Order: sequence, then structure tokens, then C-alpha cells
Amino acid sequence: MTTTIGRSATGNGSPAPSADRAGAHARRIHGSPWIAVGFAAPLVIYLIAFYAYPLIRSIDLSVHDYNIRAFVQGDAEFVGLENYVDVIQSDLFPTALWNTFVFVGVSILFQYAIGLALAVFFRNSFRLSGFLRALFLVPWLLPLIVSASTWAWMMNSDSGIINSFLGAFGVEPINWITSPDTALLAVIIANIWLGIPFNLVILYSGLQNIPGEVYEAASLDGAGAWKIFWRITFPLLRPVSAITILLGLVYTLKVVDIVWIMTKGGPANSSLTLAVWSYREAFGTGQPAFSPASAIGNLLIVIALVFGLFYVRLQRREEH
Amino acid sequence: MRNTSTKAAVAFATAALAAGALAGCSSDAGSDDASSGGGDAATGGTYTWWDPYPQHEDGSDWANRVQACGDEAGVTIERTAYDTTALTNQLLLSAQEGTAPDVVLLDNPAVSTLADTGAIITMDELGFDTSAIDENLLAAGVVDGVAYGIPIGANTLALYYNAEILDAAGVDPSTITDWDSLNAALEAIDGAGSRAITFAGIGTEEGSFQFLPWFWGAGADLTELNSAAGVEAVQLWVDWLDKGWAPQSAIQNSQNTAWEEFLDGKTGFVENGTWQVNSAAEAGFETGYITIPAKDGGAAPAPTGGEFVMAPAQSDTARYEVTTKIVECMTTPEGFVETADTFAYYIPPTADGQAAFLEEHPDLSVWVDAVKAAKGRTSDNLGTDYPLISEQLWTAVQAAMSGASSAQDAMDAAQDAAAAATGE
Repeated sequence: MTTTIGRSATGNGSPAPSADRAGAHARRIHGSPWIAVGFAAPLVIYLIAFYAYPLIRSIDLSVHDYNIRAFVQGDAEFVGLENYVDVIQSDLFPTALWNTFVFVGVSILFQYAIGLALAVFFRNSFRLSGFLRALFLVPWLLPLIVSASTWAWMMNSDSGIINSFLGAFGVEPINWITSPDTALLAVIIANIWLGIPFNLVILYSGLQNIPGEVYEAASLDGAGAWKIFWRITFPLLRPVSAITILLGLVYTLKVVDIVWIMTKGGPANSSLTLAVWSYREAFGTGQPAFSPASAIGNLLIVIALVFGLFYVRLQRREEH
Repeated sequence: MRNTSTKAAVAFATAALAAGALAGCSSDAGSDDASSGGGDAATGGTYTWWDPYPQHEDGSDWANRVQACGDEAGVTIERTAYDTTALTNQLLLSAQEGTAPDVVLLDNPAVSTLADTGAIITMDELGFDTSAIDENLLAAGVVDGVAYGIPIGANTLALYYNAEILDAAGVDPSTITDWDSLNAALEAIDGAGSRAITFAGIGTEEGSFQFLPWFWGAGADLTELNSAAGVEAVQLWVDWLDKGWAPQSAIQNSQNTAWEEFLDGKTGFVENGTWQVNSAAEAGFETGYITIPAKDGGAAPAPTGGEFVMAPAQSDTARYEVTTKIVECMTTPEGFVETADTFAYYIPPTADGQAAFLEEHPDLSVWVDAVKAAKGRTSDNLGTDYPLISEQLWTAVQAAMSGASSAQDAMDAAQDAAAAATGE
């Protein structure tokens, strides 16, 4: 806000003496700092109300000891970084951190790979390709409660369709969401399925921006499909890939709903990620603990921020 | 030309945003006034009422009953329904902002937590005598000897059975009196080719709710999760899964899902609550129910379920007069019976109410007995410690059932975590 005012004020000051009277008058009205403030205000108010305040409130929650009583009466004790220390020293922290790492890493890897494969596949327009591509968007359009519940049913140990399918090939039934060995895998599979449309759409539009002549030239030079992909498509898609993966990272880090609906982070915390842990602390038990919950949430923000900064550096290097 | 129209569009958008923001502010302020101010108490006015029954919409029997209580007190009741978890959160937020409703119905384990915040007033302040209410049912609403709410009815758990499956397996439900006879019955059903039993082991409060009859029935105490009796109760469930008597899905079942499994007609027993009485009667097969047996015989103490009616603190204390009338309308013997009829599953919490209820529904006497034998989850002076212990309990039960650790290890870990959480 201050920079806007400053800049328009100097802009107003310097040319004024040389200009004629009428021009100066008009410029004074147009260049009035208050107009700038007026135009900036809605955005600034929006940013403060919906970005700055929640962030500050979240930090505020995490450095106080907000039990329920303190939450209602507003007299929470200031405890500094105690909540963060408690969270990090908790037995659950290594589990949740590792699960988050695996959940995000594996999800992104497969979402991106499958999304890219499909995008390249759909680049060659063929009959019904538009229709098929639209079908791939279905996971995006379904309400999460529907898709997550459906996955949970399909992965049901006793009567799920996945186990009956595997059974047809003589595979023993797998306790997808009720075994600590496979619960994380189960939610990752569901999450990959959920993230493919996003990757497909962005990568597909990225492919549209690669000029056709490059491919023509390559095929004239006798490059095969494999070579074309690795030497042309993949490198030229790198900026789009980077932003897709970054957005995917941020989205996947904060996934709560699908895990919560399918496993509640269980059994025995085997599918507990940081985001689910935060949600459970705040809303999953009879005793809401907002302070540890927001401490975990803030740690997540820091992790996302690190990746964001990494992306910015990467982009800067690309530009130079 | 193009430039001007862009500018105009931006200006218009800005104006619209600003107007929207203003409208948002003013409507907010309006609703604040409606819920907290509104001074002219006794003579008409609007009283707010929150309950956890979103399934009962406006115009339903329940909504009409609430409204009738308002009419009797000479006011209009504005009823809002949330689901249980959302209601607790909304209530905490509104208490923080001083916009709490006049009357609220809330699940009983949450009462002591709310009382601890000072956000609700005592029944004494409203002028109610709670001595007529069954002690085991009122207990969840009592903190340090003071009652903060009145149960509007109570429900609890029992074992429903599919009579056809039991007949086919040659099991007589009346012979099931302890864990041994229950296990024998389950084995017989399994041998006859049906699934023996299902229940809800989900990782939420529901999971603890379902486990407690077995835990208490073994003689265990919530202050010592890893006692021999407590571990034995966990082992009972683990064995059911290991032997294939219960489905794997029981680990993630909610009570509704477990009930759906039972309604398939392929399961012998299901652990479920009073609220399924009507659904059981409409099932495509003959059903019945028995009380959950304790380990060495007799009825196991099942946890009490059900909502308490409470009055959140108001800045304008003159409002309490009408609030009292509304609460009274819900808690007379006739009021209890009417609530029980409206919901078809609420057992009145007073002797008078139960007598009147049994006159109308003599067939439900098993449930009245079960409710009398039931135990509040926050009783035994656990109060606000209960939710912390319960979280560890359901985690341990899930860990043992899923094979992540043995029953003993799981309960040892749970006891350590619970002790740390409750600061003992």
C-alpha cells in the first residue's frame, strides 16, 4: 500500500512544473494518491481478511496453550514454541512425517507419470479422443465424499470388488484399509487416481504450446517416437512440468479428506499424515486441541514454502 | 475505446466487491443482534435452539415438537441442526463470540468438556431439581457434584441377532449369558457357514463406544487400560477377527456400516443401539436382541448414549426465565415419553418417565433394563479426561485388531499415552 502511494506521489511531482496549467490540473485529479488507495483497497482488504488474518491467527493459536476453556474465555497462556517442541518430540511425529513423505512422493510420481503419458497419448487426436479425455476428468468432478467412500467399498476386505477381482487370479484377499501394512498404500492409490486429471489437463495444455514444426523437423531428421519424447516433448515441457509438480506437492501435502474418509489415519496410525494428524487433533476427538493442531499446520506451511522457494530458484536458473 | 471499457469493468467490479463486503458486514451484525440481544424476554421474542438431529427437517415431528415447546412458553423457537461434531465446534465458536444459542442439545460426553469452559450454566441456576433422574444417566452431566444438563432420554447398546441364522446353527439366544456361551454360539454359527458377528471398530469415539461394554464387562477400568481384564477384552475382539467370526471390515466399520452389514441377512449378531429398533423390525428377516453379556455372566454395563439439554450462558440473564420453560417442556415425564415416541428409541431417564413409557411400549422392557444397567462414559470422575483416554483406547483396539501389535503391547502403549495426556 505504501509503495503505491509513494510511487504515484513522485510520479505526480516531477513532471508538473513543465506541464501547462490545464494538464497539471487534470493530472492532479487522476494522480491523487487516494484514488490509488481506493483501487487497491478491495484487494488489500481481501488479502488481509483471507490471507494475513488466518495466518496470523494460526500462528497465534500455535504459540498459546488453547485448551477448550481458554478458547472460549480467550485467556490462553503464552507458551512460545512449546507446542512445536511437543509435536516434534511426539512419538507420532516420525511416523506422520515419513507417511507424509511417502504419500506425497509416491502420489506425485505416479500422478505425473500417468498424467504425462495420457497427455502425450491424447495429443494425437483420434476419433472420440475428446470424449475419452472428458471421461478422464470424472475423478475431478465427483464430490470427494463419494469417490473416497467408493474406494473404501471397493477395497473392503470381505466384499470389495478389488479382492474378488484378485481372487479370480488366485490372489489371497488383501486387507487393504484394515491392515497397517497396506492402509497407506490404499489411500495413495485412491489419491493417485484423484490427481491424474489435474496433471493430464495442465500437461495437455502445455503440449499444445509446443510448435508442431519442431516435431515435423524431428521426424524429417528420422527421430523415432521414443527419441522425440525424450529430446523434444520432455525438455520443452519442463516449465509446465515444474509448476504441475509444485502445485501437486502443495495440494497433496494438505490432503485430509480422502484419508479421513477411508481410514481416519488408522489402523494404528499407519496412514497418518501430518495434515490428517492436524485435523484429528483439532476436530477428530472429543477434546479439540487447537494449539498442537495449528502447530502441525504451520509446519506443513513451512514445508510447502520450502518447495515453493526451491521452485522459484529453479525457475530463475532456467531464465538465466 | 477498449481501454475505457476495461476501466469501467474494473470500477464496476470494485464497486460490486465493496458493496458485497458491506452487505456481508451488515447481515453479520444483524444476526449477532438476533441471537444475543433481543432484550424483551418473556413477552414473545425469538429463542435459538441447536440440536444434533439434521435428519429431522423443518416440519418433521421433532421440529414441530420443539416449536410446540416454544409456543407453550409464548416465544418463537429458531431451530438449527448440525451433526454432532460440527455442533460442538459451532458451540465453542459461538461461546467465544458471545452468540451462543439459548438452548442446546448435545451428546453426553461433551457436557463435562463444555461445563469446564464456563460456557453453560447449571441446572440449579435455571431452577431445576435433578434428583429424580437416574443417577447413572445424569452422571455424564455432573461436574464436581453440580448438574449442567438434563438427559432428554437415553440409549445404549445390545446385541441384535438374525433369528433365522441362529435357528439354522441351532443356537438359542437365551442361553447366551457370558463370554464362553457367546463364543460357543459364534463358533456354531461360523460352523454353519454364516458370518458370526459384526461390530464397529472405527477409529473414532464410536469405536470406543462399541468396545466399552466388553471392556467394562471384563471388569476393567478406564483409569488402567492395560489391566489384565482390559487386555482380555481386546483379545476377545482380536480372536473374533483371527478366527474369521467377525469380518476384517469391522476394524473400519462405523455403527451404521456394521448395521448395513447385518441387514444383508448374512450375519448372526451385530452390536448396535436402541436407535435401530425400528429398522430391525423392518428387516427382511426375523430379528431379536439380547443384552451384551459380561465376561462371567450377567449384563455388561454398556455406555449410555443420548443427548443432554443445556442452557449456554447469556449476557442477558433475563432470558433464562423463558429458557427454563422450554427446558421444562422437554423434561417432564410426559415430555420424556413424547420425546421417546418422536424418536422411537429414547428411553426416559426418570422412574416416572420409564413407567409411563413401558405402559405404552411393554415390548421395550429389555432396553429399559439395559439403560438402567448402563454407565456414563465420563462417570467415575473422569470428566474431561475421558476424551483423551478414549482416543488412546480406540487407537489401541485398532492396533491390536489389525495385527500392528499384540493386545498387551497396544494397551500398554495406550495406558502410557493416556497417562501422559491426562497429566497423571
